Amino acid sequence: MRENNMKLEFDSRSENEGFARIAVAAFVTPLNPTLEEIEDIKTAVSEAVTNSIIHGYGERIEKITLTASIKENQLFVEIQDFGCGIENIEKAMEPMYTTRPDLERSGMGFAFMEAFMDDIHIESEVNKGTTIYMNKKIMG
Amino acid sequence: MESIFQLEGEMLRILVPKDLDHHNCIAIRETADSLILKENIKEILFDFKNTEFMDSSGIGVIIGRYKNIKCLGGQVSAININERIKKILVLSGLYKMIIIYEQEA
Ligand SMILES: Nc1ncnc2c1ncn2[C@@H]1O[C@H](COP(=O)(O)OP(=O)(O)OP(=O)(O)O)[C@@H](O)[C@H]1O
Ligand SMILES: [Mg+2]
Repeated sequence: MRENNMKLEFDSRSENEGFARIAVAAFVTPLNPTLEEIEDIKTAVSEAVTNSIIHGYGERIEKITLTASIKENQLFVEIQDFGCGIENIEKAMEPMYTTRPDLERSGMGFAFMEAFMDDIHIESEVNKGTTIYMNKKIMG
Repeated sequence: MESIFQLEGEMLRILVPKDLDHHNCIAIRETADSLILKENIKEILFDFKNTEFMDSSGIGVIIGRYKNIKCLGGQVSAININERIKKILVLSGLYKMIIIYEQEA
């Protein structure tokens, strides 16, 4: 059985968006993903990390944790912040729904995560934080 | 280094960087808007020839410029889009909103 795990903790700075998605892309390479699968994963990770930075922490510098694991040919990713949390998860997941139109957000983040990963699950509590769980089977 | 903003008559070409994410979109937004106001621009052309990555932050930048220039009677277009960028533009609905040019030779 093939299993591998990793965990990262980084500051909620926008330069870490690139770091986070590249780290996960590198972690998943032993599964021989296609270029498209890699790009899908990078986009989904970027969306979740950007959300923690912009929404969760309101651009304050705090910690984000990223956990990834490989089980057989599946990638599991968890992205967690300890920020403001989401009041209404169902609403937040609607395409085009954003609470920050003033920052030119367009409400596409969750739609992209859903489109590019097999499964996404959100756990969130107001004033406690948010965790995004995503997974994707790598066909290669 | 090639500037990312190139004025070509009444068109502003924005040479989109390798990654168009939240981190990289702020500078583009501010400079583009000040040029739109100052230079009487009628078209903003997003040139993706160097771009490998774009997420929803990029969508926000394009829609934002689209709204601004539409008010002034202008338009937004895109060129040199690879399969990845196309996928993101289609999913977001932007592919149908803006003018898409064929690849440049
Ligand atoms: N980590 C988070 N903490 C708090 N609120 C969040 C978090 N992630 C998402 N949200 C809320 O969910 C909404 C929808 O998120 P989504 O990523 O779909 O859109 P967006 O971030 O507003 O816009 P875009 O992703 O297109 O830039 C956000 O506007 C925000 O209110
Ligand atoms: Mg988002």
